[in-house]
Amino acid sequence: MTQDPLSSIIATEAQMLEGGWELIVGLEVHVELATKTKLFSGSPNHFGDEPNTNIDPVTLGLPGALPVLNKQAVELAMRIGVALNCSIQPCIFHRKNYFYPDMPKAYQISQYDIPLNIDGFLVLPSGTRIGVERAHLEEDTGKSTHVGGATGRIHGSDYSLIDFNRAGVPLVEIVSRPDIRTSEHAKEYVAELRAILEVIGASDAKMEEGSMRVDANVSVHKPGTMFGTRCEIKNVNSIRALGRAIDYEARRQIDVLDSGGTIRQETRHWDDAEGRTHTLRVKEDADDYRYFPEPDLVPLAPSAEWVQAVRDNLPMLPAARRTALSALTGYDTQSEAVIVVVERGQHDYVQAVVDAGGDAVRALIYVQQGFADAGPVPAVPADDLAKLTVLERDAKLSATQAKTVLAELVEHGGGDAAAIAAAKGFEAMDTSAVEAMVDEAIAADPGAWAKYMAGDEKASGAIVGRVMKASQGKADGKIVTAIMQSRRG
Amino acid sequence: MATIPTTASGIAAAIASKQISAREVIDSYLAQITARETDIHAFNLVTADAARAHADAIDADIAAGRPIGPLAGVPIAIKDNLCTHGIETTCSSKILEGWKPPYDATVVSRLRDAGAIMVGKTNLDEFAMGSSTENSAFGPTRNPLDTSRVPGGSSGGSAAAVAAGFAPVSLGSDTGGSIRQPAAMCGVVGVKPTYGLVSRYGLCAYASSLDQVGPFATTVADAALITEAIAGHDAMDSTSIPQPAPALVASVSQGVAGMRIGRVTDLPAGAEPEVIARLNEAFAALESAGATIVDITLPSLSYALTAYYLIAPAEASSNLARYDGVRYGLRVNAVDTNSMYGATRAAGFGDEVKRRIMLGTYALSAGYYDAYYGKALKVRRLIAEDFERAYAQVDVILTPTSPVVAFPFGDKVDDPMAMYLCDIYTIPTNLAGHPAMSVPFGTGAHGMPVGIQVLAPALGEAPMFRVGGALENAAGGVK
Amino acid sequence: MSPSGTPISAADVAKVARLARLDIDEANVAHFTEQLAKVMGHFSDIDALDLSGVGPMTQPFPLVNVLREDVEQPCLDTDEVLAAAPSSDQRRFRVPPIIGLDD
Repeated sequence: MTQDPLSSIIATEAQMLEGGWELIVGLEVHVELATKTKLFSGSPNHFGDEPNTNIDPVTLGLPGALPVLNKQAVELAMRIGVALNCSIQPCIFHRKNYFYPDMPKAYQISQYDIPLNIDGFLVLPSGTRIGVERAHLEEDTGKSTHVGGATGRIHGSDYSLIDFNRAGVPLVEIVSRPDIRTSEHAKEYVAELRAILEVIGASDAKMEEGSMRVDANVSVHKPGTMFGTRCEIKNVNSIRALGRAIDYEARRQIDVLDSGGTIRQETRHWDDAEGRTHTLRVKEDADDYRYFPEPDLVPLAPSAEWVQAVRDNLPMLPAARRTALSALTGYDTQSEAVIVVVERGQHDYVQAVVDAGGDAVRALIYVQQGFADAGPVPAVPADDLAKLTVLERDAKLSATQAKTVLAELVEHGGGDAAAIAAAKGFEAMDTSAVEAMVDEAIAADPGAWAKYMAGDEKASGAIVGRVMKASQGKADGKIVTAIMQSRRG
Repeated sequence: MATIPTTASGIAAAIASKQISAREVIDSYLAQITARETDIHAFNLVTADAARAHADAIDADIAAGRPIGPLAGVPIAIKDNLCTHGIETTCSSKILEGWKPPYDATVVSRLRDAGAIMVGKTNLDEFAMGSSTENSAFGPTRNPLDTSRVPGGSSGGSAAAVAAGFAPVSLGSDTGGSIRQPAAMCGVVGVKPTYGLVSRYGLCAYASSLDQVGPFATTVADAALITEAIAGHDAMDSTSIPQPAPALVASVSQGVAGMRIGRVTDLPAGAEPEVIARLNEAFAALESAGATIVDITLPSLSYALTAYYLIAPAEASSNLARYDGVRYGLRVNAVDTNSMYGATRAAGFGDEVKRRIMLGTYALSAGYYDAYYGKALKVRRLIAEDFERAYAQVDVILTPTSPVVAFPFGDKVDDPMAMYLCDIYTIPTNLAGHPAMSVPFGTGAHGMPVGIQVLAPALGEAPMFRVGGALENAAGGVK
Repeated sequence: MSPSGTPISAADVAKVARLARLDIDEANVAHFTEQLAKVMGHFSDIDALDLSGVGPMTQPFPLVNVLREDVEQPCLDTDEVLAAAPSSDQRRFRVPPIIGLDD
């Protein structure tokens, strides 16, 4: 049996698709770099401005205009290379020639056979290592709007309008090796990559705004044989959509193959509403980009000092952050709370809450549960959140009460947790009152109590539930449990 | 009214010393344009009103005692492939007819800062592709010395403008000889500087790795003066050499005593006998002026034409892809964008441009890159290495500029290969990226001028101008 | 098809004309084929050269790492630029429907 030379990763039993098919996925991720100006000219790299305002002779491809490389774009591309464990090498730029109205010069300046970053890898939080073939610099295109017709799509439109504000925005294209074997791993790869890009300040990496664009090369084959013909899936605008698109496409290909058909190499468009892919275009021999070295640019050869400085100044990456957060909280590095908080870039915030005297575990859980949309720097001051964690830890508030106060903090962007609790009439119940409630609950459900006494821990839920109901959530669950344990003896 | 000097340096000195006004100078040159431009057609556009206004502004500055630039009041003609803000820039192509650039080429703004006055935009072979200016979409330029003959090309308009006395100096661009060859055919001085010495920003690209802007003048000293004014680092051009403009005018009169002049013993054949005779006289003149003649070989030189006609069209096919009817220039309407592209480019480009675009597209296309473009880049290296070995032995090399003198209209226009052979002696310098200049040196067949080419190593402008100056001195004594 | 030595064919010319977006009718394809074949006939001279061990020369003057600082420069005036466009609408460049193009 021969394994395809492109990847040595073999799916585990659990990762195999039914019917003995193995899924092979490689991802091409384009990210817009967070520079002030464009890759080859000084007009602003800024999303959302009035059309055709961020333009200059280079951006518009005017006759006589010449590109000059943006140093910060190189710096950010090198950060990506270092973060993805790539070798950074002397490189050159090529022209990729093709006509399209949003491509002003009718060629894209990109990197071809000698890119800046090569041979790296990314380790998924779940532990799998995915190869990164290359991460190269190139320029973005303008944006077309299709007018008329029913769908706002190209087909059936009456005409199109072009805005060149995005043309020339610096991109890094990160090409993975075909090492991905499940749609979950694909999602994990993109989520981890996004977290890395945010942490290192290379890109805001927003799939919804198009500053991070993911194309998936999907094929299926039987293990031990050469890889199948792949299809490139475009228009995947969220991580969730990526998983759905890959699962759909794998199913489609398997159905074709199982019924004796063959897969055509083609580009397919993911329709999120319909939940399916459809043919965008078939790859043809006519794709002749006539690459040649860009004569208007000189080679780029970052010095060893520059590379070292990038390495030295790289912030802590998500994997290291998970380790640190794990050490801080005692949660596993692969626990959902740790992964999610690091992915959102909120690791520093949790640390800040702890530094402000907060309880680490509660800080982690509060941030995980209450700050999903808060970004890396939540509006709630770390100090305010720290005080809330202490109130709960010291049993001044029950978990349920604390949750309510947390919601208030999030809504108002901070506040005095103790004052909010007081205003809501949350007071820590004194233990004797709770003891009375526990005794009432035992009396009300002797069956559950008997099971609990016999060692069935699950049976405690019924008793605790009664106490919580009676106390309207004011009783602290841990104290209730402690009282029950003391009654059991 | 004082006599108008015929050189740029003379004009600048006379204006600065108030012997003559800038307005008098410009009126005199505009009068000459009015008298002969209909016959010559050196210009696509004469900017007479703007030139007079500019001259008046300079005169006002002088009257008010305000500082003026070193070229204040010097009329200059600009090749119509250099962008001029708000002033039509056509590359002599229908595809750009009427286009007014929203910015100035670096050389244009440097000349304006120096006080030079633009008199107009000069005709050229469409997108600088040609050797006779017959490929202009707006009609050919005629040689002022014999209007039945071509002025050479592609910068034929700029060469003719200086030869006809429409301006004392002009700018051209040289990709394979487009300054030197028309300079030779029109009997004026033409300089192609070292690649990277002069900014290409705002020069509508033909072949990016070969293109270079340079001057035409009636004297070697004026050519040095204009080269100084336009040279020097420009941050807008990544291939611009990060050095200030060199001082060159002083070199012109330094003489050639002790210099080693290379004679290429394996020079590709094909030059007219009179041209070879003038070349030999040039060697003799330099020898008697104190230089040593050294025989050298450049074995790869005969492959230069092939390398050039693969590399230049390949780059051109990409550079000219931007003329797509979307953002500027001509559009021929069609039902969809792809059809619009094909119709626009078919209508907008002339045959020679189409030939080179197709040739270049072919040389780069899948399966042919290694055999054509890739191979040509290697031949280019061989040629550069040949020169490197030669310049270990000599300071400069002398060759003819053009194998032939100016030929009659229509002579070669239907035979691309015959036309391409006109550039056989000028092309190698562009491939190597070196400087070269053409100095008028007597006449050849039909009494038409012959140009002698001085080649020098990269950034060897100073020795090149020394030899150019000596040739100019000696030229008075030849027929 | 052998790259050097084999003359360029009418099919080659038609293909490159398509790639280069130049509409050329059949008569002109024949005309250009003849001219290009003649020109390319001269190019076979370099086949005689031994180019093994010779590196390609892509740059006439050896510069490296030419970089600009990430600082904004003034933009062009949108009105001036759109005034030069063959067609514009809603401050954008207007083109016919985009069909028959890749991607």
